[in-house]
Amino acid sequence: MKYMDEYRDAKIARGIAAEIRRRSTRPWVLMEICGGQTHTLMRYGIDELLGKSVELVHGPGCPVCVTPLEMIDRANALARRPDVTLLSYGDMLRVPGSEMDLFHVKAEGGDVRIVYSPTDAVELARNNPDRHVVFFAIGFETTAPAHAMAVLQAERLGLKNFSLLVSHVLVPPAIRMLLQSSRNRVQGFIAPGHVCTIVGVGEYEELAREFHVPIVVGGFEPVDLLEAIRLLVVQLEEGRTEVENSYSRTVLYGGNRAAQDAVERVFEVTDRKWRGVGEIGSSGLRLQEKYAAFDAERLFGLQDVRAEEPSECISAEVLLGHKKPTDCPAFGTRCTPEKPLGAPMVSTEGACAAYHQYRRHLVTL
Amino acid sequence: MCLAIPGKVAEIQIKEGVRTGRVLFGGIARQACLDFVPEAREGDYVLVHVGFAISVVDKEEAERTYALLESMGVLGEELGLNADERRTP
Amino acid sequence: MQPITNIDATSLPSEGAIKIEIKESAGFSCPVPLPAGGRVLLGHGSGGKLSAELLNDVFLPALGNPVLDRLEDQAVVSLNGMRLAMSTDSFVVKPLFFKGGDIGSLAVHGTINDLAMGAAKPLWMSVAFILEEGLEMEVLRRVVASMQDAAETAGVQIVTGDTKVVEKGSADGMYINTTGVGLVREGICLSASQAKVGDAIIVSGMLGDHGIAILAEREGLKFETEVRSDSAALYELVKTLLDATHEVRCLRDPTRGGLSSTLNEIAGSSQVGMELDEATIPVREQVRGACEMLGLDPMYVANEGKLVAIVSAVAAEPALAALRSHPLGAEARIIGRVTKEHPRMVVMRTTFGTTRIVDMLAGDQLPRIC
Repeated sequence: MKYMDEYRDAKIARGIAAEIRRRSTRPWVLMEICGGQTHTLMRYGIDELLGKSVELVHGPGCPVCVTPLEMIDRANALARRPDVTLLSYGDMLRVPGSEMDLFHVKAEGGDVRIVYSPTDAVELARNNPDRHVVFFAIGFETTAPAHAMAVLQAERLGLKNFSLLVSHVLVPPAIRMLLQSSRNRVQGFIAPGHVCTIVGVGEYEELAREFHVPIVVGGFEPVDLLEAIRLLVVQLEEGRTEVENSYSRTVLYGGNRAAQDAVERVFEVTDRKWRGVGEIGSSGLRLQEKYAAFDAERLFGLQDVRAEEPSECISAEVLLGHKKPTDCPAFGTRCTPEKPLGAPMVSTEGACAAYHQYRRHLVTL
Repeated sequence: MCLAIPGKVAEIQIKEGVRTGRVLFGGIARQACLDFVPEAREGDYVLVHVGFAISVVDKEEAERTYALLESMGVLGEELGLNADERRTP
Repeated sequence: MQPITNIDATSLPSEGAIKIEIKESAGFSCPVPLPAGGRVLLGHGSGGKLSAELLNDVFLPALGNPVLDRLEDQAVVSLNGMRLAMSTDSFVVKPLFFKGGDIGSLAVHGTINDLAMGAAKPLWMSVAFILEEGLEMEVLRRVVASMQDAAETAGVQIVTGDTKVVEKGSADGMYINTTGVGLVREGICLSASQAKVGDAIIVSGMLGDHGIAILAEREGLKFETEVRSDSAALYELVKTLLDATHEVRCLRDPTRGGLSSTLNEIAGSSQVGMELDEATIPVREQVRGACEMLGLDPMYVANEGKLVAIVSAVAAEPALAALRSHPLGAEARIIGRVTKEHPRMVVMRTTFGTTRIVDMLAGDQLPRIC
């Protein structure tokens, strides 16, 4: 598959890894932000290739993992209604809320279904006028444009039985929070390439300037990630703190204007809770007032469904890169993918799940 | 967050006012909305995320950067650093 | 299916590279409540860890006996010096008709294959239909015709049957349950507990065809593909293999849960490790494309016309040649070895030379967004 297979070339990967090991004079602490990037690093054993030249810690870039407890509870509440069909991306179905996950709600009789695209959700609403179709709209900046288009399409079609349950989060505020912490150990970041495809590079330049950290926009294939790591190491060795774009085949400096326009028409910035972390100001999106008719929270009066996040949870420590999944006393024993205690073990992109699935045979302490 | 994969635009149509492409991913095909990539043409490669094309792959930029990556692979080999150095703890 | 208990990190043997100590750290806890138990979930039918738990927690304690406890794909019982194999299966596939087959042919092939994996020649089957009220008669006729066709081609007789009708809204159109009976080949005993260090791991062809063919027709995921289900009766392929060599330890068909579940079961049952070579895993391009789009791993996608064979090291080449000589095994490959290291774990050597675990999933593999 073009533009994918070439970026999985073993020879090139090993060559870049060798170059990283050659240039690195100390184990720089680097963080990749996006869950999809974590997945690739684990699946290809990139940490094994890099040895001690770099320490990789994993960031909060898994929208499934950071969806707050109360949002899952709201989704569950909707799915339990006999008149509602709840549509969701696959990986959300196993995330536990205060009491249960959507799979369990389905088992109890809720109409919960998986879709690949928000367009499928609009189509389903159109073909089933007797059901109210709610789409569980989670994600980072990458997915917001698609959700915006779904609302605009539904509006154009005059649908009265379609709404979104929105739980969108934005990446830069989380990075800012991380960098502001006195416990931060991260010295360089791999910025999420598909988020940047939408929003461009500007916000990351601000972060690099303010906090004096190098940031490289990276892709999702192993060669892309290795190259991003290499550029970070070179910057760190040379004492530079710039933003570089190593995913330039799809990321433009200004991002995708048409996509940004769609988001600006439909959504607005709001405060959001991140599961395991707490509330981060201006870190999320919600539907604008004029689209209230498509906002499931407003339509179904769900704003009062609240849940207390547990006050102590190592999820936060892992998501912010302070701890590794393997530092958790419950990892692999009381907390496993089939009996997850926390969010990063649930989604296959969560750091804990990725470690457990791919790397636990190399666990040593 | 961001499972998006590159596919080749085989056909472009307007379906109910929406610019839609039939995109090929290694032999399978799926419809994708092209509203975010008005510049995409048949034969272009686009990056598709949840049924929406979010960018057109820049062929020249890809070629340029890939050539540099390839040279690192060759260099690594020449320096003998490509020998299977598996790191086992 | 062999129960696999959670691999408790603290209980793995400490030979080789695996040493695990968990430090107690004050103040770390993850008090998110466990998902509510007490109900059957879709995941319990997926062939992964949840399925294993259901066996361990519900079925075996109540029903266990020496034959059942062996948990092979078929039960072998002795009668007057002959060994009979018996298997049972239910077919609940949606949609009922798909590229490469339908629920009827699938039911016949699946039953035959369970027996064939025990080196048994399939002879007779029963079929019980559970039909949804309102199902079109034409649909039923098509399914039954397909079953007869598949059975006849395989030389199997459907000797008894039953029909029940349930109210509209149940049974997704129709469910089929079967039982198969066959005669075990003399002088051979296959079992998931017989894999030995040094054995070769062989797959008979391309992985993931069936699962992708079905997914392509699922509402909400639809995509265009030429991929057809690989649903096929495997007895003749098995016979070809066993005619060529008797050093076959185990045969399994990697259905729900895919190749990875099957290999994990065998590794667990035989208490051995396995190491696979990623470069040799055969997947056709279209299946790969679909998996990339949905974020699925072909190792976990269902197959209905493939087998995994664990054979002794010396028998590897003859076994491979035998499989390849048959149309259903034309693309057979050796994909790995049974190892002493990391027992009960299946590990993959990636194309980069690094290693990763090939785990058994908890439930069904879910299309992902990240």
